[in-house]
Amino acid sequence: MTRARRRRAALLVLAAGLVVAVWLSLAVGSRQVPVGAVVDALASALRGGSAPVGTDASVVVDQRLPRTVLGLAAGAALGVSGALVQAVTRNPLADPGILGVTAGASFAAAVAVGVLGASATGGGVWAALLGALLATVLVQLVGASAPGSGGRGSPVQLLLAGLALGAVLAGLTSALRLSDPRAFSALVVWESGNLADRGWAGLEAVWPLLAAGLVVALALAPALNAVALGDDLAQALGARVWLVRVAAVGAVALLAGGATAAAGPIAFVGLVVPHVVRWAVGPDQRWLVACCAFAAPVLLLLADVVGRVVLRPGELPAGVVTAALGAPVLVALVRRQRVPAP
Amino acid sequence: MSAPTALKGGRLPLVGLRVHRRPLVVGLLVAAACAALAVIALGTGDYPLTPAQVLTAALDPGAGFERTIVLEWRLPRVLAALAFGAALGASGAVFQSLTRNPLGSPDVIGFSTGAYTGALLSLTVLTGASASFSATTGSATGSTGGGVSTTVGALAGGMLTAAAVYALARVHGSVQGYRLVVVGIAATAVLHAANTYLLLRAQTEVAMAGAVWGAGSLSLVGWDDLRWALAVLVVLLPLLALLSTALRQLELGDDAAGAHGVPVERARLALVVVGVALVSVVTASTGPIAFVALAAPQVARLAMRGAGLPLTGSALVGSLLLLSADQVAQRFASGVPVGVVTVVGGGVYLLVLLLVRGRPRGRGAV
Repeated sequence: MTRARRRRAALLVLAAGLVVAVWLSLAVGSRQVPVGAVVDALASALRGGSAPVGTDASVVVDQRLPRTVLGLAAGAALGVSGALVQAVTRNPLADPGILGVTAGASFAAAVAVGVLGASATGGGVWAALLGALLATVLVQLVGASAPGSGGRGSPVQLLLAGLALGAVLAGLTSALRLSDPRAFSALVVWESGNLADRGWAGLEAVWPLLAAGLVVALALAPALNAVALGDDLAQALGARVWLVRVAAVGAVALLAGGATAAAGPIAFVGLVVPHVVRWAVGPDQRWLVACCAFAAPVLLLLADVVGRVVLRPGELPAGVVTAALGAPVLVALVRRQRVPAP
Repeated sequence: MSAPTALKGGRLPLVGLRVHRRPLVVGLLVAAACAALAVIALGTGDYPLTPAQVLTAALDPGAGFERTIVLEWRLPRVLAALAFGAALGASGAVFQSLTRNPLGSPDVIGFSTGAYTGALLSLTVLTGASASFSATTGSATGSTGGGVSTTVGALAGGMLTAAAVYALARVHGSVQGYRLVVVGIAATAVLHAANTYLLLRAQTEVAMAGAVWGAGSLSLVGWDDLRWALAVLVVLLPLLALLSTALRQLELGDDAAGAHGVPVERARLALVVVGVALVSVVTASTGPIAFVALAAPQVARLAMRGAGLPLTGSALVGSLLLLSADQVAQRFASGVPVGVVTVVGGGVYLLVLLLVRGRPRGRGAV
């Protein structure tokens, strides 16, 4: 199959997968809703009618619709940010979570909600975003300022810096929580990394940031193609490597930070999706970024649906399911490829 | 990536029988620091004692109430910190040597999480176990695992995780350190998910006790819990000392070790089993305590400037680290579990190391 055909096939599969995932996300749960009823409910909501509480239509529109849209937005953001991180660090195993983004978001949200008394959906979201930005910058600085790296930071140093900062922040977060469990109970739901019961509030706060991040990511894609060839060659091709890198890191913080702020820490989506997509469409960043924006929501929505089904009548957070689904892919990757020691 | 460092400094580990002064001096200094800190730890608490009082209370059978405080209340916790720290440090040295990777420590490659999963399984699934759990862990404040079934569960969990990680990281008959670390991170994620599932599914009391325990705490270690763990460690640590020569040889590479008459596969298996057992025993007693196994061998190596990762040195540094962390937890962190302190401290240590030296020097690259 030629690459062009492969890409078209991948797009078709992704589009079909997205439709199925959205439908499952709207229809499956403790109350099973048939397709016709789902469509009716959405149509009547579009016309502005609100369904009476407790009916199929109300469950679909008031509970599952925001959940599904959040899954779409957060999934797309995580997938694209994963593609960016892997391109910038030239490390096939990089993941926004590993680079300290999620830990920074969690810590800042914990401080804002637990110590300062912000609400988990209002001020907490902004704090989480700020924390993600700060942690990302800090990891980059530590990784880059390490001696012997020429001020750029090798992938290994970046990963280690992310691991280290992530550990510090996670530890401080749990210390805060343990010292005052009652003040932090509001965070438990957020920290579990799921799409349930969040309504529209979190998404309303972060969608402009996610949109900005996506635009930057798409705009950067050609330059990232050059950077992937190595700094010297990229420079020779006219790419301003330093600028590209800063812009990409900023986009990662916006995307991963925004997604984490809205949905809580969700692991492995940013790591796994770019790999699967790269296998399908090849290394061209323009295709990679675009396809990740579609593939990652499929994974996240399916994980969310699985989480609703396996622990009935309770629910397993989507973040837990993505970890369980994503880790085997990681193992398969590292077994299949000869991943070079960076 | 980097060349093997075994030959650095012109000392072959083969002739390491010659006693080098620096490791000996540093080792004695660390041991002395452990002893001093232990005396201070025995003297601190709601009923403070001076070092002199501590020593009298410990040595004089007629010391009465103070003797009870020191020997019954505080000694188990201090002993646990020393013993568990040594176990973690030694285990970290074994795995970092075997994987030739400074990140190849048992907490990073999933063995602690696996041991925790095993313990949780034995608590929540096995019939009647949950009852004995609440009984051994005592009342609300927190818990140590304790109990035989938990220990067995943790051991089995740790071993199975090690076997699975090792098997999955093995491609064409060889295990590369880098691959082992990545597989280990993946295994940690899956096991973490499984632990969350188990805690969500369990009855509330079991789940709460399990969650507190999951942070890694020494707070309720009493003689009853400790006796088991110490008995196992007393067997394991000398066993490891016997295997240390083989470990030094394996550091030179499988071929070199084989040429010197080391049964490579069997020696490696024995080392892995002992290393996992060390971590599992600690995890069964306290819950997972991160970063001691990661940091202790590197600190010991830094201080002793040897070629490989020194086992005894790592164990001593591990003791010192865990005891210090527990003191910090008790005194300055309003009683948070020690695992929280080790995570924060270990993370800061890694960051500083990155800033100062580029990355933890180890055998080979990440």
